[in-house]
Amino acid sequence: MALEYESLNENVKKCQYAVRGELYLRASELQKEGKKIIFTNVGNPHALGQKPLTFPRQVYSILQSILERLDIKNKNELVQVVALCQAPFLLEDPNVGMIFPADAIARAKHYLSLTSGGLGAYSDSRGIPGVRKEVAEFIQRRDGYPSDPELIFLTDGASKGVMQILNCVIRGEGDGILVPVPQYPLYSATISLLGGSLVPYYLDESENWGLDVNNLRQSVAQARSQGISVRAMVIINPGNPTGQCLSEANLREILRFCYNEKLVLLGDEVYQQNIYQDERPFISSKKVLMDMGSPFSKEVQLVSFHTVSKGYWGECGQRGGYFEMTNIPPRVVEEIYKVASIALSPNVSAQIFMGLMVSPPKPGDISYDQFARESKGILESLRRRAKIMTDGFNSCKNVVCNFTEGAMYSFPQIKLPPGALQAAKQAGKVPDVFYCLKLLEATGISTVPGSGFGQKEGVFHLRTTILPAEEEMPEIMDSFKKFNDEFMTQYENNFGYSRM
Amino acid sequence: MRRFVIGQAKNLIDQTRRRPQHNNLNLLSILHPSSSRFFSDMSASDSSLPVTIDSINPNVLKCEYAVRGEIVNIAQKLQDDLKTNKDAYPFDEIIYCNIGNPQSLGQQPITFFREVLALCSHTALLDRDEAHALFSADSIARAWKILDQIPGKATGAYSHSQGIKGLRDAIAAGIEARDGFPADPNDIFMTDGASPGVHMMMQLLISSEKDGILCPIPQYPLYSASIALHGGSLVPYYLDEASGWGLEISELKKQLADAKSKGITVRALAVINPGNPTGQVLSEENQRDIVDFCKKEGLVLLADEVYQENVYVPDKKFHSFKKVARSMGYGEKDISLVSFQSISKGYYGECGKRGGYMEVTGFTSDVREQIYKVASVNLCSNISGQILASLVMSPPKPGDESYESYIAEKEGILSSMAKRAKTLEEALNKLEGITCNRAEGAMYLFPCINLPKKAIAAAEAAKTSPDTFYCKRLLNATGVVVVPGSGFRQVPGTWHFRCTILPQEDKIPAIVNRLTEFHKSFMDEFRD
Repeated sequence: MALEYESLNENVKKCQYAVRGELYLRASELQKEGKKIIFTNVGNPHALGQKPLTFPRQVYSILQSILERLDIKNKNELVQVVALCQAPFLLEDPNVGMIFPADAIARAKHYLSLTSGGLGAYSDSRGIPGVRKEVAEFIQRRDGYPSDPELIFLTDGASKGVMQILNCVIRGEGDGILVPVPQYPLYSATISLLGGSLVPYYLDESENWGLDVNNLRQSVAQARSQGISVRAMVIINPGNPTGQCLSEANLREILRFCYNEKLVLLGDEVYQQNIYQDERPFISSKKVLMDMGSPFSKEVQLVSFHTVSKGYWGECGQRGGYFEMTNIPPRVVEEIYKVASIALSPNVSAQIFMGLMVSPPKPGDISYDQFARESKGILESLRRRAKIMTDGFNSCKNVVCNFTEGAMYSFPQIKLPPGALQAAKQAGKVPDVFYCLKLLEATGISTVPGSGFGQKEGVFHLRTTILPAEEEMPEIMDSFKKFNDEFMTQYENNFGYSRM
Repeated sequence: MRRFVIGQAKNLIDQTRRRPQHNNLNLLSILHPSSSRFFSDMSASDSSLPVTIDSINPNVLKCEYAVRGEIVNIAQKLQDDLKTNKDAYPFDEIIYCNIGNPQSLGQQPITFFREVLALCSHTALLDRDEAHALFSADSIARAWKILDQIPGKATGAYSHSQGIKGLRDAIAAGIEARDGFPADPNDIFMTDGASPGVHMMMQLLISSEKDGILCPIPQYPLYSASIALHGGSLVPYYLDEASGWGLEISELKKQLADAKSKGITVRALAVINPGNPTGQVLSEENQRDIVDFCKKEGLVLLADEVYQENVYVPDKKFHSFKKVARSMGYGEKDISLVSFQSISKGYYGECGKRGGYMEVTGFTSDVREQIYKVASVNLCSNISGQILASLVMSPPKPGDESYESYIAEKEGILSSMAKRAKTLEEALNKLEGITCNRAEGAMYLFPCINLPKKAIAAAEAAKTSPDTFYCKRLLNATGVVVVPGSGFRQVPGTWHFRCTILPQEDKIPAIVNRLTEFHKSFMDEFRD
């Protein structure tokens, strides 16, 4: 054999990505056997029945082919013609006009005019300039500070952007990246693929997954004593899998910490639309940094990530995202550009989704009412589902769960009795994997064991998404509760619960 | 200045690389902030930042991708300037012949493919009666078929990390129909274009600079860039320009032995067929020898077959390496083979969609699991790209409503490409000091320019390579963007450029005229 397991890149072997690991594979097998599986392992809203927003899909569909059907050979010419009037010949075609609202058609033309060669041509490797400009305008509206399109790169989903930036930062195992624990395993997986060192900082479960800057200091000091040069810090806000929303004061502390310790801050802000409480609305790291003023605003290096996969969009299958760089020197930006260019360009359809996401229909547009209704409906339902789920978990024996303030996940702690720990050991499984497999077999609920995200030693969790359809939620929680009660009864013994 | 500084850094890296001991230490110290004295234009404020040009991953600095490099940057600036400053230039548009990006130069997408995509992306259309007036019946049927294969009909959901199973079934069936040998949908990994698949394989194969990958020279720079990013060693094998860019087994053997003597473990052989940038189509006999070579030497065969539909000469035919290996009686246990395919090339040219797949055969299950794991870190490739990849491998069949128009579109595009390849090749061969092999396939011409000594001296004075010098002059005089041969590597002392055959047919005569005029005046200026 030319390529054997033994001779594989060690970094590949080391890397782990639990969201699609053993549990997921077992769930897929069960599904093939005809069992009904409720996939709550990946934040993949449309897979669980969430309907895509109508407007972007209309625009996209028009872009694919309608214009070609109408025999318009030169798209650039079309675009110039189209600019002439709001009611172009397209609307005269009864079929097109009946199927698509005028603002969707107009928007489709707008995006065509931004591309060179339509959706089927590679774009600039950083993304279509016109879309990057729309993203910059969105950031400016959101934060109240200017944003430079030249410092925004569009990517095939946020993950690709994280990989690009970490690839740039990590030179070897001597370079450390501060990552929250529990964390989204993209970070641990990418850091090990790139041969760097993950430097963990623990979120405090008893403080609703709060981020304590003193913990950060400790983590950095410890890493440095091991000869690791800590170079960057990752925050996920709102948290994945932990669902907490960072306060403005907390973000200030973090940014000051990055300033003092000379760390690049990687702000994973992909869940910025997913907020389910009113005390701590989303505030971007960029805005807090700019609010802090000089020297922070001029010297703290920040890369923020966003995506079309989350929020009320949930367009995971499109693979669209962007990152915005702040205080990254031009020569480094050029190097990142060079590496991006090896992949030619992010997919153009998703770039257009990104454009639509950052500039959705406005009041007065034909599609506005429907858009507002759909997006509001999704977010309100998610808010209700977050509550049903947290309450459901907290009503179960030996389960405690912080409220999902944001993002798309519930991350309950499962207090496993010693009997269960022993049974897991006998089965050769990590205790939470053992629990989740049992849960899957008994109920069809596919979750991710907490060990895939990292957790304090001896403490066990699982992650579920809050995405199953609202009407199915009570039934799912009942079925969970029934399983958990039986599990706990089965493995409880005279030694009592594990107290950790 | 920046390029120069990076050049310096690169030289330093190269020097350290040649020294066997303490390689990594030296690399780190050279690029560490404490050694910023090497960088004469380092500004003080830069050095206080955590991430600067001298503290980023040295592999990032090392990699190069000329298809979108310096010349293209100049071209983009010229294009911007043209809008306001039209009279300053002897041309009125920039013609991008640097990259195989057909639709940016006016090639139309295949209607059927786009119909299906439109219907899949806005499924509400399928329930509307009006849809039948706008879409062909078979595109509606195909869209239903595809949607039924997607769990929950959710085209906006992440799929299986290898791609939607039903679409992989269609691809496997397409491969089977093409090769006459079975293909397994579980061997297919769908990717955002072919490039991520190549990266993934490099990541698996390369642990350090001791791991080598045999690559053709000239090569498509994805390979050199990916090997550099992953910190491996490119082991070159030279294609023979005199015999139409022939691939000689003796050359492979020689380079393999040479690499071994330097302590490099060669892990894989990359073959691009049809060739990029060289356009040759391998003969079946040649392919058999290559397969035997890989089998004997225990090399993974990385077969870049993205131009499989682009063959322009009647005396050559595309054969997949999988078909060749299977027809030799070699099965899973005999050879490890990865075949890359893309929706960006062929007659479809759907570059912007980023779709592709790799078919991975002859690997043990534990290795396959690792490939799956790495694929899953990125969740999945984009669904539109996946749908297109399945359509490309299972286009309309005779009897389908769209078949006639599909064939007409396909033939129209391919025959026009063949015509353009021929016209450009003949024009280039007429120029003083230029020889150009025919493009048997792919999308490029790669002429050799015999540059006068005076031009080489002028390039040296301008601190650039002679072919870059030529290409810059060409761009400034004509607005035609090509890529210097040095971006693909070439036999030392020879100079080339790569030019796509993709400008629309009506533009070709003007391009030929501009090229001819430019070359004449260039030679008049520099002739020895």
